[in-house]
This record gives sequence, structure tokens and C-alpha cells, in this order.
Amino acid sequence: MRLRFVFGEVWTGLRRNLTMTLALIITIAVSLALLGAGLLVRQQVAQMKGFWFDKVEVSIFLCTKNSPETSCTGVATTEQKDQIAAELEGLKPLVEEVYFETSQEAYERFQEQFAGSPIAESATPEDLGESYRVKLADPDQYSVITSTFTGRPGVEKVDDQKQVLDKLFRLLDGLQAIALGIAITMLLVTVLLVSNTMRLAAHSRSRETGIMRLVGASKFYIQLPFVLESVIAALLGASLAIGAIIGVKIVLVDGFLEPSFQFTPFVGWEAVWQVAVILVVMGVLLAALSAVLTLRRYLRV
Amino acid sequence: MIRFDNVSKQYKTQHTPALRDVSVEIEKGEFVFLVGPSGSGKTTFLRLCLKEDKPSAGSVWVAGKNVGKLSSWKVPQLRRQIGTVFQDFRLLPNKNVAGNVAFALAVIGKPRSHIAKVVPEVLEMVGLDGKEKRFPHELSGGEQQRVAIARAFVNRPEILIADEPTGNLDPNTSIGIMKLLDRINRTGTTIVMATHDAQIVDQVRKRVVELADGIVIRDEARGVYGMSL
Repeated sequence: MRLRFVFGEVWTGLRRNLTMTLALIITIAVSLALLGAGLLVRQQVAQMKGFWFDKVEVSIFLCTKNSPETSCTGVATTEQKDQIAAELEGLKPLVEEVYFETSQEAYERFQEQFAGSPIAESATPEDLGESYRVKLADPDQYSVITSTFTGRPGVEKVDDQKQVLDKLFRLLDGLQAIALGIAITMLLVTVLLVSNTMRLAAHSRSRETGIMRLVGASKFYIQLPFVLESVIAALLGASLAIGAIIGVKIVLVDGFLEPSFQFTPFVGWEAVWQVAVILVVMGVLLAALSAVLTLRRYLRV
Repeated sequence: MIRFDNVSKQYKTQHTPALRDVSVEIEKGEFVFLVGPSGSGKTTFLRLCLKEDKPSAGSVWVAGKNVGKLSSWKVPQLRRQIGTVFQDFRLLPNKNVAGNVAFALAVIGKPRSHIAKVVPEVLEMVGLDGKEKRFPHELSGGEQQRVAIARAFVNRPEILIADEPTGNLDPNTSIGIMKLLDRINRTGTTIVMATHDAQIVDQVRKRVVELADGIVIRDEARGVYGMSL
């Protein structure tokens, strides 16, 4: 193996096709950056889900003296409450934790939340009523609780916080799907561009490759400079993409989002490095594979 | 060294076959002229030896191997045993004389020390010593063909295939090239040369195989270009 000779060929090839090489590097950089962004948003969503779902509760509000619901006939009785508590106990392990909130506790929380507003002053503990706060092992299973207890005598309504969060996560999932969709389209463009660049390169060097064929150079040796060219372009593109992602992490996440939303966990450097590795591997594999497949057609051996 | 057993070649795009039931045997160290008008099958004959094409029927044996049955990854090994020279020289314009010859060795992975030793030797043999640094466009047609021959011969192949090597050259230059090919032949290299050049064939008096419409119509040990034209 003559490495110096091969790299000499690669260097001439890259220089001769400078504009195409640049186009290739930029396309690879943009598509990999989008892919990386999509993957990080996904990671972010997963992390937020983990964080928030841990705190999500299903609340079973019990009837108060003036609840309008048909299931209510005045304040929920002790038997009704005991019945619900027993059934919740029976739903373990789906139900992880049950907490009974008294009217007084609800009132205090309400006062805290709406401190200074006129609503807080007009409310009494009796208006707020009692509730069971149920934490589920799997927050996605909330419908079991909803269907079991909705409309039950003594139950005013079953409220699931997850339904509210779900709207937020649907939005984030949508954003992530869009980013990944664009990334996949761009990667497809990249494949086509690599294959077109290889076709041009093979054509512009058909004299060299023709001679190589005649003097008995192996297929590997003939194709290697071309494949290395596209792999080098992919590596440069991947470096740019990783640079862009690191920039976003430093400026947007660490510099803006984290100080502004202190209660939310954001993707850490570990996730960034993981994505960086994925991008390099993806870029190199994609470039090498599409180069080899194209050359099989345009460089007969 | 080269044997054609009842070889036919039919190209898909053509009605009549390029070669029809050709049987020829060329011994090691022979010098054979392949003559015939354009389209008679000379180039097809040479392409089959190099496995640029596969025979439609019959078998082609080169250097003891059945070329038609050779798996594609072994083809480079076959081609390393065969040197090739063409009418249009096929040199690399951006490499100088020594670079063109060295290229042929570098791409088959020969070490640099070996290249540095054999390139000057072969350039001296073809009569280009002192012109190693010239570029192809600075050379005459005859000199360019000598570079091409040096490149074909530098790996000491057992067979040298020449497709109209004097086709672009004037008669005097052609004689020089023929003398060079004769020298190479005397080192034991088998030479198959396709040509239109009646004058050369008549002068050199080697074995002549004449093709017409894909059929061998003449095979003479010390032939002339032929009266059939």
C-alpha cells in the first residue's frame, strides 16, 4: 500500500473539484447539523418528560356542598371516601402513591397561588373541597383512574395534569419531527450530491482510472482515492455541524434558556458529545457508501 | 501463451458477430501481427485477451488461465502480466515522462525504492534517457509512444499487446518503434500487434494472422500484409 501516493491523488482530486467539494462539505454540514438538532430536541423532550411526569398527578376532587355535578349530593361522605381510598389501594402497583388533601390544605395552597388577587380573599376552605392526589407508576395509564372514578357518587371530577402537559409535549414532538424530517431530506440531498460529485470526479479522471485498470491496479486501489475524498468532505462537514451544535449549546441553552427556566433540566454536554459521535459516524458512512455505490456504476474495473 | 479455442463474440448492439469461431494459438516469445481491415475483429481479439470483454462462445486462455472463467477480482492480476500500447499513447498530460512510467508501478503498490531503480532503466532501454522531466506535450509522437511502451514494459510483463502502435506515426518513426518492439520481443516477451501498416508487416516478416469479418482467413509463419486487400 502506497499511502503517500494515495493521499497525493486525494489531494489533487479535492483541489481540482474545489467548488463541488465545498458544496459537498456545506451540504453535509447543514444536514448533519439539522440531524444533530433534531436528536438533541428529542433528548430534551425525553428529559423533560422524565422530569415532569415524575411530578404529574391525577387529582380526584371530592364533592363540596355546592358541587353542581349529578354524582354529588352534598359533601362526600366518609364511606364514599373510604371506598375510594380502598380502591386506589387495590390499584397498586399502577398507583404509586396516594395523598389525601384536606380542604384546609387546599385552601392554604390556593391562598399561596393567588396571593393578592381578589379571588383568594373571597374563597373559603369549604369552596375548595377535599381531593385525592394520585401518583401513577406510569403516567400514561391515567385513563384507568379517570374511567374508574369519574361519575362515582361523591366524586366531583377527575383531573389529570398530564393532559395539559401532553399538549406541550405534542408541540415539542412536532418540532422534533419537523427537524428530523428536514434532516432526512437533507441527508437524501447529500447522498445525491455525493453521487453526483463522484460521477464528475470519475469522469474528469477517466484517463487516470483507465490506465490504472490497464496496468492491473485493483478495484480497491482505483476507488480508494475517490472514497477518501468524499469521506474527508464528510469529516469536514461533520466538524462544522458539531461546531454549530456546540455553539447553540453554549449560546442558546447555557447562555439563555438555563438561566431563564431554572426549574427545567436541559440537555447536558454528555448528550452533545453522544450526538457528535453519531454525526461523525453517520456522515462518514453515508459519504463512503454513496461513493462506493456510485463508483460501482461509473468506474468499471 | 495465448490460445483461442473456437471463440465467437457477439455484441448485443450488432447484427453480425465481431469474431466467429476463431482458433489461434500463440506460443511464448512469439511476435504476431494481427492484420485485417477496420471492423474485422482485431480490437475485439485484443480486448478478449485483457478480459475487457467476455467471449460469447469458446474459451480464451492467457498465461495458462481461462480468461472467460476468471473471477473479476483476479482480473487485475491477469492485467499485470500483460502490457498494453495504443495508437493514441494514453499518457497522463500532467505527469512528466518518469512520472507517467512510475504511475503504472505506484498504482499496483510497488515500493518507491523499486520504482526509483527500474524507471530509469526502462527509460534508457526505450531511448528516452535525459528526457525524464519532459511532459508529454513537449515530446514528438514517436517519443510519446516510447513513453507508453516504457510504461507497458516496466513491470516486465510476459505479454505485450499493441493496438496499432504506429497508427499515428510517420514511416521513419514507425521503424524506430518496430525496432524497439523487436528488442522487447527478444527479451522473451510475447508480442501481439494489431496493425494496418502493410509496409511494416512486409519488412519485418513475422507471423501474420489475418482476420476478415471476424474469421481467421490466413495464418502464416513468415507472412506479408497480404494480397486480399
